[in-house]
Amino acid sequence: MDLYREIVLDHYKHPRNFGNLAKKTITIEDGNVTCGDTIEMDVLMKNGMVEDIAFRGIGCAISISSASMLTEEMKGKSVNEVMALSADHVFKYFGTTLTPSRTKCAVLSLEVLQKALVQGKERLK
Amino acid sequence: MDVTSIRKDFPQLTRFIRNKPIVYLDSAATSLKPIQVLEKEDEYYKKYCANIFRGIYDISEEATAEYEAVREITKNFFHSNDANEIIFTRNTTESLNLLAYSLYRGYLHKGDEVVSTILEHHSNFVPWQQLSPEYGVVFNYIGVTNEGELDVQSLSKVVTAKTKVFTFTAVSNVSGAIADVYDIVKRVRKISPSCFIIVDAAQAAPHMEIHVSGWGADAVACSSHKMLGPTGIGVLWVSARSSGHLKPFLYGGEMIKAVYKDRSEFKEMPHLFEAGTPHIAGVIGFGKAIEYLEKIGMEKIRRHEVDILSYAFSKFSKYKDITIIGPKDPRKRGGVIAFTVKGIHSHDVAQILNEDNICIRAGNHCAMPFHTALNIPSSARISFYIYTTRDDIDTFFRGIDRVKKVFS
Ligand SMILES: Cc1ncc(COP(=O)(O)O)c(C=O)c1O
Repeated sequence: MDLYREIVLDHYKHPRNFGNLAKKTITIEDGNVTCGDTIEMDVLMKNGMVEDIAFRGIGCAISISSASMLTEEMKGKSVNEVMALSADHVFKYFGTTLTPSRTKCAVLSLEVLQKALVQGKERLK
Repeated sequence: MDVTSIRKDFPQLTRFIRNKPIVYLDSAATSLKPIQVLEKEDEYYKKYCANIFRGIYDISEEATAEYEAVREITKNFFHSNDANEIIFTRNTTESLNLLAYSLYRGYLHKGDEVVSTILEHHSNFVPWQQLSPEYGVVFNYIGVTNEGELDVQSLSKVVTAKTKVFTFTAVSNVSGAIADVYDIVKRVRKISPSCFIIVDAAQAAPHMEIHVSGWGADAVACSSHKMLGPTGIGVLWVSARSSGHLKPFLYGGEMIKAVYKDRSEFKEMPHLFEAGTPHIAGVIGFGKAIEYLEKIGMEKIRRHEVDILSYAFSKFSKYKDITIIGPKDPRKRGGVIAFTVKGIHSHDVAQILNEDNICIRAGNHCAMPFHTALNIPSSARISFYIYTTRDDIDTFFRGIDRVKKVFS
């Protein structure tokens, strides 16, 4: 029952950083197509830092709240720090074990963000 | 139909998880299995485990007889005229791929057209989509109406005299819509008389009486595991008059008459398409599943399903924020109801229901083009079978109320 805790539902119903960035380094979209989840992220990178992030998308409570919590936490962190994160980091947001079919919902946003940072670095070269 | 006593035959229904019973509402994905089927499958392994068609000894003869008896049982169940029209495969997917590979290699030529429909399960869409360009064949499909039914009116615009293969599902695994197979076959034949017509009966065979020869199609596919039988067994019926169009799909043992250094001679239907040692125990178990269904009677099964559908529909009508995909008349649909809940993703619906062991499906149900056509990312789906009760439906709606409370 713990999966849909107050905080998870709050981030789902009122996702933080939901929308677009006017100034951005890169935009990346990815999804778990069979589930009908997609996340699109704008990222602004500056001096090796994640300056700003915004996302849009449709998805289940797990994928949307994970994107909301992740973008909130990662704003202002260094690119290297974010790249070093593993799936375990996002699992902590949920404070309970996720079943195999739900882990991919939870890690989608991290995958999109890391992909954006890799491609963003290329673009800034 | 005595559902209470039927339920006693299904061992899994006695299982408890988290101290609660299981409410199984995903029979369209796979049905539960009665003890009679499990025991019959076991019997092969315990009493006459031997390869078929090979041994001169008693138990091999016994296994062969049991295996071939199921071909006869299957023939009768589907009202085919000839047991040699029944090929055993692994599942519907393999039956359809067998047809695709055999037809592209033996029957289709450059410039020919293959027509499918947008509401197909991926297994009846992707093989044609993928293989057509390899053989210079044009791939096309028919769309759906707003009701989630096949758009039969547009058929005459899509099917042409060059359409050499037409393939469609008798019952959609999403909208549940029951197609008028006989009418569709007739319409296609009128435009393209020599068209090879395929019916995906995966969702029809478990629930209604099927007359393969009456339909007038060339081939019909279904899966044992959706109709009380074991997993790993599929049926492919190919009409005797059309089987000559098919080239062998798999080469190897069992399908051979003679092999020379430079050429081989093959057996006739159906062995031509059953290369290698089959899932012998599975086929034997499947025979028992058909007998089980026949003992109840397909008409009664269908009536029970319509009753459950009607009951579920009457309850759904109280939920203004739930949209049901497909026809609203229970008589026009199989025992499947896919739906969306406003503002709540299907995964979250399924996840919360799982806390009470209510098993439903969420996602696109291997029918992504259909969901795209309906402009929805995913749906939740409940589906029924002979063991489903009105109590199960009540439990499901209590679960839905809880889902709504969590997200309120
Ligand atoms: C309409 C339809 N066609 C084909 C299939 C594929 O069946 P199988 O997975 O047994 O190959 C299914 C099963 O989900 C189905 O519902």
